[in-house]
Amino acid sequence: MKYVDEYRESATAAALAETIKQTVRRPWTVMEICGGQTHSIVRFGLDALLPSNLTLVHGPGCPICVTPIGLIDQALQLASLPRVIFCSFGDMLRVPGSQGNLFEVKAAGGDVRIIYSPLDALELARANPDREVVCFAVGFETTAPAFAMAAIQARRLGLTNFSLLAAQVLVPPAMEAILSAPGCLVQGFLAAGHVCTVMGYEEYEDLATRYRVPIVVTGFEPIDILEGIAMLARQLEEGRAVVENQYTRSVRREGNVAAQAAVREVFEPTLRAWRGIGDIPHSGLKLTAAYADFDAAVRFRDALSHFGPVGGEDPDCRSGLVLQGLLKPPDCPAFATRCTPENPLGAPMVSSEGACAAYYRYRSHVKREA
Amino acid sequence: MGDNNSFEPECPLPTFEKKTILLAHGGGGRLMQELIRGVFLRSFDNTLLRQLHDGATFPVEKGTLAFTTDSYVVSPLFFPGGDIGSLAVHGTVNDLAMCGAMPLYLSAGFILEEGLALETLRKVVESMAKAAEGAGVQVVTGDTKVVDRGKGDGIFINTAGIGVVPPGARIGPQEVKAGDRILLSGDLGSHGLAVMSVRDGLRFTGDIESDSAPLHRVVRDLLESGVPVHCLRDLTRGGLGSALNELAAGANVGMTIEEPLIPVRASVRGACELLGLDPLYVANEGRFVAFVPEAHVEAALAAMRRHRVAQDAVQIGTVTRDSPPIVVLRTVLGTQRILDLLSGEQLPRIC
Repeated sequence: MKYVDEYRESATAAALAETIKQTVRRPWTVMEICGGQTHSIVRFGLDALLPSNLTLVHGPGCPICVTPIGLIDQALQLASLPRVIFCSFGDMLRVPGSQGNLFEVKAAGGDVRIIYSPLDALELARANPDREVVCFAVGFETTAPAFAMAAIQARRLGLTNFSLLAAQVLVPPAMEAILSAPGCLVQGFLAAGHVCTVMGYEEYEDLATRYRVPIVVTGFEPIDILEGIAMLARQLEEGRAVVENQYTRSVRREGNVAAQAAVREVFEPTLRAWRGIGDIPHSGLKLTAAYADFDAAVRFRDALSHFGPVGGEDPDCRSGLVLQGLLKPPDCPAFATRCTPENPLGAPMVSSEGACAAYYRYRSHVKREA
Repeated sequence: MGDNNSFEPECPLPTFEKKTILLAHGGGGRLMQELIRGVFLRSFDNTLLRQLHDGATFPVEKGTLAFTTDSYVVSPLFFPGGDIGSLAVHGTVNDLAMCGAMPLYLSAGFILEEGLALETLRKVVESMAKAAEGAGVQVVTGDTKVVDRGKGDGIFINTAGIGVVPPGARIGPQEVKAGDRILLSGDLGSHGLAVMSVRDGLRFTGDIESDSAPLHRVVRDLLESGVPVHCLRDLTRGGLGSALNELAAGANVGMTIEEPLIPVRASVRGACELLGLDPLYVANEGRFVAFVPEAHVEAALAAMRRHRVAQDAVQIGTVTRDSPPIVVLRTVLGTQRILDLLSGEQLPRIC
């Protein structure tokens, strides 16, 4: 299959692995930002191709995993309202809030729908004028333009029964939080190719300079990831710290300017709590005052204010350390024992992009055999 | 009042030629009789069913009987390459085939939702009859219930099947042995993607059609060709990944399979890539794996490939002595990973 097979070709992979081996002289720790990359690394066993002195740690780039428990609880609350049709991407449905997940709300009678695009939710709003359609706007910069377009389109169509529960997050502030945290192990980053397809990579250049950390914008197929690691290894060994672009077939330095304009029209940066990590300034998106009519948090303020205090995270869940690259999932005491995809303690065990789930699915024998 | 004008109160039921299913169609009265004769008997007609008795009686050969049941709740009812009716026949026929049995008779239980268009039911039943004829089985007994509108999804069907296992065949998970080769009858994922392609909220076009098909003739050929088949399993819900895991656990053996050898059509792969699904876990309705001793691989593949439904049969892996019972997948890059059971349904990814 074109655009897939050539990036999964074993001879090319072996050649790149050899290049990496030849390049790496000293021990390095690098982080792939995006959960999609984590998934590819574990699914294709890429880390087995790397030299032992190059350590990959998995970053916080799974939107499912970092959505704070308070927002999940708000989603559960809204989805339970009889007049609401609650729309979400599929892998959000299993994520535990403090009292259950969206699947359980659905089973209890809530109208929860899986959508593939925010425009599907818009269509539902048009088709059901007597219902309130709330769309869970989850994702990094990659999905933000689609949610922005849905809000812009809703305004154009004069829809008054459509709103977004904004849970969008931004990558660069999270990278800065990781870099400035005490005990940070990360010496180089594979930046997320699809985020940069939208946003470009100018904003990463400042990070690379200030923290003296090399950053390579990288795609998601095995060959992309190995090539990104090879480029990163070369920079590390040569003592350079700049932004390079491996994913040239998709990413330009300025990004997708039209998509960025749509995002700026509808959203603005805000302080956002990251599940397991904590508050990060300017790391989330909320609707601007001009689009407050489409903000579910505003529209359902009363319903949400009746909603009592929520419970916290399970104390055994170390997902915060996992999301910052400080702990590998199998090293968590709860991994594959108290915490499994059927009974997840934290979100990284739920999403297909979550590091814990990826390890459980493809590597769980490591622990089970022990 | 003369004799010719004798008063015979008659209130003709305004029920004939109903276009939709009513609760009364399941009520045991005249409407139900109409449904049985006008729809079911008309399509399934055979001497056993025609007796319209409480059950069917028939003589059986000496030997081993296989007996299975399955319920069908697919939505939407019609999809490229099949419908709930053909599925309800093929699914149960294939469950019998995986026991090594030649299917003989099916039962059909219908749970219909009030308000269902009679024409829809007729189409489904005709499709079932056609599938049964194609598979050489007869529907010899049945049942109909009607539930209130909103309490069903149009049509639910349960079929049970009876078949005869030829003497000498010992087929089942307990027969799987280390060293057995794992043969796959064809490409994966078409059924699941065909159904998805017509679901609300996700319509895509392409050449993807369900692989739904009866498999018992391939199995009969396999057995008649003298291959000592150890185990057969169709790859329905959960796909290849789940089937192999269940068998590994059941037989307490390990398995190694080679990802590059597993056929998946380009259109199915493309749709899976877009949706974030793994074709190894997508449902099939006309695919199976066979476990055979190494010495019989060529004979088994030759027997399978004589049939259109298994013309692309290939060897994909080996049963190993590994303990614990895990399935290891060698990837296209030559690395290894675990092919585990899924927890719940595959969910489309965010991005």
